[in-house]
This record gives sequence, C-alpha cells and structure tokens, in this order.
Amino acid sequence: MTSKQNLPARRVDAVVVGASAGGVDALITLLGDLPASWRLPTAVVIHLPETHESRLAEVFAHRLPFPVQEAEDKAPVAPGTLYFAPPGYHLSIERDRRFSLSCEPPVLFSRPAIDVLMASAADAYGPSLVGVLLTGANIDGAEGMRRIHQAGGLTIVQDPAEALVDTMPRAAIAAQMPDHVLSLREIRALLLQLDSAHAH
Amino acid sequence: MKANPDLDALHPPSATEIELRLLMEAIYLKYSYDFRDYTGASQKRRVLYALGQLGFANISALQERVLRDPALFAQLLQYLTIPVSEMFRDPAYFLALRRQVVPVLHTYPSLTVWVAGCSTGEEVFSLAILLREEGLLERTRIYATDINPASLEKARQGIFPLESIRSYTANYQRAGGQRAFSDYYTAAYEAARFDPSLCADVIFADHSLATDSVFAETHLVSCRNVLIYFNRQLQDRALGLFHESLCHRGFLGLGAKESIDFSGYAERFEVLSRAERVYRKAT
Repeated sequence: MTSKQNLPARRVDAVVVGASAGGVDALITLLGDLPASWRLPTAVVIHLPETHESRLAEVFAHRLPFPVQEAEDKAPVAPGTLYFAPPGYHLSIERDRRFSLSCEPPVLFSRPAIDVLMASAADAYGPSLVGVLLTGANIDGAEGMRRIHQAGGLTIVQDPAEALVDTMPRAAIAAQMPDHVLSLREIRALLLQLDSAHAH
Repeated sequence: MKANPDLDALHPPSATEIELRLLMEAIYLKYSYDFRDYTGASQKRRVLYALGQLGFANISALQERVLRDPALFAQLLQYLTIPVSEMFRDPAYFLALRRQVVPVLHTYPSLTVWVAGCSTGEEVFSLAILLREEGLLERTRIYATDINPASLEKARQGIFPLESIRSYTANYQRAGGQRAFSDYYTAAYEAARFDPSLCADVIFADHSLATDSVFAETHLVSCRNVLIYFNRQLQDRALGLFHESLCHRGFLGLGAKESIDFSGYAERFEVLSRAERVYRKAT
C-alpha cells in the first residue's frame, strides 16, 4: 500500500468506478454491504459482453440498502444511488450533472468505456470527484484517471498485487501516479470516510 | 453545448468548453447546422477526435478554417454526426412493432412512416422489410430524414458490407422475420445490395430536428438513438415535432435506452411497450 498524501479535508460530490476482468467480485468486496447512510452518487462502468442484458443492477440491489439502477439518459445524478452503465452504450456525466448515453464507437474495444465516464465526470465535478480503478485485462481507465487527476480529483487504484488481473491498475499507475494505491478493503474504508465527511 | 448562466456561475466553463460553444455558434451562423443543443460530453469527444484526424492543434484553429472552407465543414460534419447503425438493431423493438403496432396500421388505407435521423439507412430497410412481410409496404410512404448528406447518399444506395450480414440475419430472425434474409439482397464484391423495390416509396430528405418543422402527417415515427445526443431542450423540440406530426393515436418508437420520462412530453404519450420503447400519442 502506498499513499502520496494523507486524507485531505476535501469536498467530494461523486464517485466513479471502473473495472474489467475480475471486476464483479471486486465490486462486491468494495461495495457490497455499504450502509444505508451512503450518500455519494456512485457510477460504475464494468466491461461485459454487449449482447447480454446486464443483471448487475439486480445483483447489487439485493446487497445494498439504497437504490441501485442502470443509469438513464438525462436522469439527474442522485445522491445515495449506485448506477451502472447499460451494456452497449457509453455513459457520460454532463456539466449539469445529468447522465447521458451514446452509441459512439467502442473505445479500446469497450462500450461502455471507463475512460468516457471518467473524463466526462472530471469535467462535470472537477476536484470534487473520486475515481476508483480496479482489476482488469485492458488499459481502459488509465486516460480517465489521468483526466480526473488533471481536474484536481482524487484517484484511487487497486493494488496490482491484489488485483485478479493487474494490467488495468498497472496501466493507470504508469500513466499518472494515483493519490492512493490500496487493497479493496482499504479503498472501501477510505470511501466510507469520504462519504461521512460529505454527509457533514 | 449552449451557455447556461446558473451552471456557469457554479462551475466556470473551461477554455475547451468555451471554444466548443464558439465553434458551434460559428457553424450555426455560417452553415445553419445547429449543434448548439447537443449534449456536451460526446460533442467534446467527437470534436477533439476530429482535431487529431484533421490535423488541428486546437478548436479555435479549426474554427478559423471551418468558417472559410465549406469542404472542411463537410468533413467535420462526418465527425459531428454518429453514423453507427445496424439492421434490425434491438430485435425486440421490431417484434413489438409487428405484434402491437402493425395490427393497428392495418386499419388505415394508406400509411406514412417517418424515420427521423435515418443515418445510413439500415433502419429504413429494416422497417421496409417488416412492412412488406406484413403486407403494408405497398400502401406506405416512408420519409427517411437526416442532417448528413453523405449518410443520406449511402442510405439511398442500400448497399451494406457483407461482413455485417451475419449479425443482421440473426437480428432479423429474432425480430420475427418470416423468410430467408438472403431473399432481400444480392451479394457481390464484399457487399450486399438490398432489393431496390423496398425503397420504391421511400423519400430520403435533408431535415433537421433542431431547425426544421413538421412536413407531413404520420402514423409511425421511428427515431432511435438520436435523442440521446440532444440536451433536454432539444429533446423537447424533437418530441414536439413528432407529436405534431403524428396522427390521432399515432405511434412513436425510440432507442432501447431512450425515454420520454425526463422530457416535457412524458404526459403527452402513453407507454405501449416500456421495454421496447414504443409509445402512443395520448392527447
């Protein structure tokens, strides 16, 4: 575990999470059993085959005491809600903090692409965004995390030693040293801390 | 991407966002193409991608040239629109049309269908095939509209890459197709040329949902994966055109992940099939 800095007193308004191979299990460890008091809107892109209707929202709805939804076009980003990108569409967050979907071509063979969500959210939230990148066998997310960092947001990458597939976390670390490189348990503890700071 | 004073005060626009707005204003003033109410995030991605492809260092440099070079604008237009489509995309949508809309369409002596934002024509041919199989094509006029002249030209030709035909065939079958899909095209030189008689009464036309008005009374409007690129004001404008164009109790089909829930028209249409995004004019 390495951290460039201690947790600063920062205002956080949203969390975006990217994951690929091994991502569902990692997400369950990271987000499963979050408390009902969770307030931060949290949007997730996970790479899955386009042809499958995603059951992710259902899977997590059973595990979480707050709303879990597939993100809808032009819907406002609501607090205390976990969102998943629909398969086959890129998910963005607009400057008015509503979601938008798009059928632009895949980025790094991925649609939804983590880079697309993260770069748009960095524009929408600037320094009040937290980006989390987990296990994966693709380099999607590295550019998105760099954009979050550039906009002053907080970047957290899963420790490659813990990741099921370390390509994605390593690519992000190589592109821009993140603020934190942590295990899933540690990321979870940090998110809970940021969330309770947000609530006050 | 248009100015929004409240938002700008809260969260000042970046230099790139300011350049994007100026470019869209310049394009509107010079060429009358109105991209000012397109959603910002995807527009920004596409313009930044175009910069790299067209060899400009920044958006301001591109704007300076676009204002003076219509040929460059024609090139840029190909990046600003999204010509991604496939035949019988989301087969469940076409199945819903067959089962829930076609029986009502049979009650009209003549039909008008509007495919708004038809791009390169895949959806037009899909609907024409469906209508022929349902015995309705002979009494139907289809208006297929788009803002991109290059896309309309491709649509008119009805020639699609052979490599896509396998997935189109699977879609066609899942959409309730009644024949062999190969009945509808002839294959030559890596391409599938679709039966021109499918388009005997299709009018391909330049029409903008952002700046043009209603041109016909229609029984069905199919506009799929177009509204997602519009902000809510422009979505409302487009839905207003569809509402005005549709006959009493006419039908509206949208993309699989589009909805009217966040628009000003949520109450003006009733849901016929929520999952397939088929609506019916209510009032």
